[in-house]
Amino acid sequence: MLRVVQSQANDTTADPAAPLSIRGLTVSYGQKPAVFSVDFTARAGRMTAIVGPNGAGKSTLLKAVLGIETAVAGQVRVFGADLSMQRHRVAYVPQRASVDWDFPTRVIDVVLGGLYRELGLLGRVRKHHMDYARDCLSRVGMEEFEGRQIGQLSGGQQQRVFLARALAQNADLYLLDEPFAGVDAATERAIVAVLKGLKAEGRTVIVVHHDLSTLRDYFDDVWLISTRRVAEGPVKEVFTEANLRATYGGRLAPAQIDMLSRQDG
Amino acid sequence: MSGFEFVALSLPPMVIGVLAAIACALPGNFLVLRRQALIGDAISHVVLPGIVVAFLLTGMVSTWPMMIGAGGAAIVSVLLIEAIRRLARIEAGAAMGVVFTAMFAGGVLLLEQTDTSSVHLDVEHALYGNLESLIWLDAAGWGSLVDPVALAGLPPELLRMAVVACVIVAFLLVFWRGLKISTFDEGFARSVGVPVRLIGGLLVVLSALAAVAAFDAVGSIIVIAMFICPPAAARLMTDRLEIQVAWSVGFATLSAVAGYVLAGYGPLWIGFENAVSAAGMIATVSGLVLAVAAIFGPHRKGAQLPR
Repeated sequence: MLRVVQSQANDTTADPAAPLSIRGLTVSYGQKPAVFSVDFTARAGRMTAIVGPNGAGKSTLLKAVLGIETAVAGQVRVFGADLSMQRHRVAYVPQRASVDWDFPTRVIDVVLGGLYRELGLLGRVRKHHMDYARDCLSRVGMEEFEGRQIGQLSGGQQQRVFLARALAQNADLYLLDEPFAGVDAATERAIVAVLKGLKAEGRTVIVVHHDLSTLRDYFDDVWLISTRRVAEGPVKEVFTEANLRATYGGRLAPAQIDMLSRQDG
Repeated sequence: MSGFEFVALSLPPMVIGVLAAIACALPGNFLVLRRQALIGDAISHVVLPGIVVAFLLTGMVSTWPMMIGAGGAAIVSVLLIEAIRRLARIEAGAAMGVVFTAMFAGGVLLLEQTDTSSVHLDVEHALYGNLESLIWLDAAGWGSLVDPVALAGLPPELLRMAVVACVIVAFLLVFWRGLKISTFDEGFARSVGVPVRLIGGLLVVLSALAAVAAFDAVGSIIVIAMFICPPAAARLMTDRLEIQVAWSVGFATLSAVAGYVLAGYGPLWIGFENAVSAAGMIATVSGLVLAVAAIFGPHRKGAQLPR
């Protein structure tokens, strides 16, 4: 398979072909903005966490980037172009709770959904598509469940199926909305391993993340957001007491902030 | 019963009933899965003011002006529901409830305040339709099914219902993958570029088309029942959407045929003299099918607690 490996650009603001560049993005539900005039730039081949308190606009940011929510203002560039030109290079894993898992469909059918760009509305699913979808399932350790109805799976298994669908998209930019929410420890390890594998292949991974204690282990960069942008950059530089206080305000206990920001210095 | 009687008196209403049931049940599968099942109910109520307005404008009770009026009212109601949902931030079910009761009530007022009460346009007709009257006078027996001259005398409702059913089947075939992905996971569907708005819009428009066409032939009771009962029963029979849709077509057909036969002959079998409304009986049978599926269906949720 031919792939273009993105160059490792260090000067993020100047990189015209950054996997994701967001400028002045504002999204509003009713009167109150959920995301206000936010700038972020993702660096190629790195894992970035989007971190902030509940209601800080993390999910909304992802949805606006993907055109699922309509932005009031701002610009989003994906690999230097408009999203409509780059959809085939972007994969999205929504929050698991955002769909009805009683939907009458099997695991393999959900994964085949990741081939929509290739199949279109009318393309026939052929054997190599099936084999590819099965391969994606085995990468998340779910190959034995392909014929199951999705409602019969545990939360962690459902999350792995969502990840397998994103793998089937064979994208260069992966956007995941809280993939570790409500999953078991084994699933969390499996997902982290898959995401690190994507990174090793030069792909860019952006994750809405809640668990501050694993931030240093999993991610290279972090975007701190609380409706507005608080900070962005390498975890080691940005994940500081002052920035956490600015992001969470009174919502994290001072002792918590102290402990998190001091972890392994 | 002789072949002549059956072909002339029973076959056309039965076929029309089956086509109407299938035309409503097919989109109903997706409406139920999208938690929009009430939209069928809404549409079948709002066609009343549409029909009355069409009569006031044209002064006649003929099919096409009434169909156009009903279709226009259906579109107005869909727009109103969306507007109320977005502007007032009210849940979709409540918005539908407000719109369809208000428009139905408006239709009744219009009906009372105008001359329409002097012609055959009444609330009863709107509810029950006139399935039993859709007979085929040109039929002389089974042979008429291959006789072009006799076929030209078929009730026009039959052709209309058949065309609508074909349009709906074509829509499902063309948009199947997009419908399935966007019904299961709308956010993901948008992210990969599925035309979510177009598909959702077409689904509602075609549901309205099915409701309006079926309404004219068989009344709104069947429409409401067929949008919901066969798909809901079918969901309990399988865990795969493809198979669910097939079951829903089977259940719709079963309800229409069994309902028609039971309405015509059931009362005689148990000693009553008059047949009952076929539309009412078809809806009742579909409800019974759902009840049986809910008790014995292999894929009902059973003891599982809702999430």
